[in-house]
Amino acid sequence: MTENLLTVANLSAVSDREDGVPVLRDVDLTLRPGEVRGLVGESGAGKSTIAKAILGILPRTVRITGGRIDFKGRDLLVMKPRDLRNIMGSEIALIPQDPQTALNPARRIGFQLADGLRLKRGMSAKIAEARALQLLADVQIRDPDRIMKSYPHQLSGGMRQRVLIAAAFAVDPQLVVADEPTTALDVTVQKEILRLIRRMQEAHGTGVLFVTHDLGIVAQICDSVTLLYAGKVIEEGPVRDVLETPQHNYTKALIAAGPRYDRPDAGLEPVPEAVFRELRQEIGID
Amino acid sequence: MIAVSILNRLIMAAVTLFGVAVIVFVLLRVVPGDPIAMMIAPGASPADIAALRAKYGLDLSLTAQFGVWIEAVLIGDFGTSISLRRDVLELLLSRLPATLELAFAALIVAMLIGGTVAVIGTLFRRTSLEPAIDTTNGVLLAVPDFVWALALVLMLGVFIPVFPLSGRIDPTLSIDFVTPFYLLESLVRFRFDVFFDVAAHIVMPVLALALPLATVITRILKETLLEAMVQDYVLLARLKGMSETRLVLQEALRNAVGPALSLTGVQFTFLVGGTVIVERIFAYPGIGNMAIDAVINRDLPLIQGLVLVFGSIFIVINLAVDLLAAALNPRLCHG
Repeated sequence: MTENLLTVANLSAVSDREDGVPVLRDVDLTLRPGEVRGLVGESGAGKSTIAKAILGILPRTVRITGGRIDFKGRDLLVMKPRDLRNIMGSEIALIPQDPQTALNPARRIGFQLADGLRLKRGMSAKIAEARALQLLADVQIRDPDRIMKSYPHQLSGGMRQRVLIAAAFAVDPQLVVADEPTTALDVTVQKEILRLIRRMQEAHGTGVLFVTHDLGIVAQICDSVTLLYAGKVIEEGPVRDVLETPQHNYTKALIAAGPRYDRPDAGLEPVPEAVFRELRQEIGID
Repeated sequence: MIAVSILNRLIMAAVTLFGVAVIVFVLLRVVPGDPIAMMIAPGASPADIAALRAKYGLDLSLTAQFGVWIEAVLIGDFGTSISLRRDVLELLLSRLPATLELAFAALIVAMLIGGTVAVIGTLFRRTSLEPAIDTTNGVLLAVPDFVWALALVLMLGVFIPVFPLSGRIDPTLSIDFVTPFYLLESLVRFRFDVFFDVAAHIVMPVLALALPLATVITRILKETLLEAMVQDYVLLARLKGMSETRLVLQEALRNAVGPALSLTGVQFTFLVGGTVIVERIFAYPGIGNMAIDAVINRDLPLIQGLVLVFGSIFIVINLAVDLLAAALNPRLCHG
């Protein structure tokens, strides 16, 4: 068995804003090099909290109370700030949720793409620019010369997300955290972006932690999936196993709640209240 | 597109200036007080007074007076000062540069101080320095320019006399200025002895005018900077390993500076207005100081000329601020 790229073990966190309500309960999660793992859950399930904990950008109101996050065998939670800074944006990169706010409106695309290459790879401005141009071509942007000189507001949402994907993969990281990267996009653009992320991931052999609330997206892009509810891992495993033979009633109900393209009249069943009751009992809330 | 919008603004400016001209002209004539009464010797005969009135055109109807004045102004004739008996335009042009140097020096100093404090406050957010900066700034926000002027006179002029108390230049210095811009000219001509003397004279009035504006800039800029610092693009840049200082200066500042800049434009007009009292306190020979004398002497042509000059300054400043905001924000340029 290959060594894990990322191992989250017994990770627990509480929210200080809500009088110490647990937001993560003993979360375990692994990611092998080159694997795409979906991190799925409703709003507030803790999927974004895990992503932020890995990147070291948790809001001040959330406090980690136990566990570890091992990246290549080293615990990120106890690492010196200097070592963390060296890893972030270099070995671990982020594809953000909202392409509208993730690019600086006052700076040209080319400069923003070159930032990581210059700061993390020590490239000269000229070499970084040439590399950025190549990256834009890699993410299938036509006319990359013009885009390099453009400002973010001159690009569509899909184009901006392509730029951000290019920026994330620019430094050839081993782990990319994708925080709901298609949520803010049109459905038609979503599919292209998903394919692009998968293609870039395969080309670079990158491990991707894909945060989403959409099991349909998981089925399209992920190798494995971890399903969360109220900060607790409910089910996890290879995507096929989890989606085809779900073990937990909540997983079954979630799959039933999704639209069925083959049978438009079926599906869209809300998760029954009994399932939530069972869940809460299991986790020990209420 | 920019040319069109500038043209629009210039037309608007002309309309505004005309409005200013009407208002000041009417106001000066409805308020009580008679310029002729100020200049005649005691015991002058009614005939003498009538002759003087006719000489300055004050015997005509209000509309006729306005017509005569505005027609002359349009060809650059602002009339003759009643109290100083000199051409108004000549007087304005001889005094305006001193005020411009003072006001722009104050503007630059205000932006430097206000911007620096805002950036420092942002860099030290959520430390004990932040509430200290906020509180101090909040208190100083309430201090007007003339109080600063008096405090500065007391501190840096009397207790620790480092700066000269009044005037624009030490009269014993020998230099023949070609232009009325003493500060700029002495610098360009490498007359550093003169430059430092003029600079020393201007320090206190500049600070008195700049500090109130600086506190406003700090207040607004720090708020918008803090807002920008939590945007995703700053987060991404931080992940890429950008230093905190660069995050503030390169990523956040350009996006945050817009509101502070617009407000600076508005506030700068108050600053120019403040020159009137501050120039008086420091006996600084600018148009502000002249304006007080003109009002005391009820020198109608001079007051009218001064108001038009102040109005033009305001309009030019606001235009410049808008252009600067557009230059800094690419979204405003490309539409």
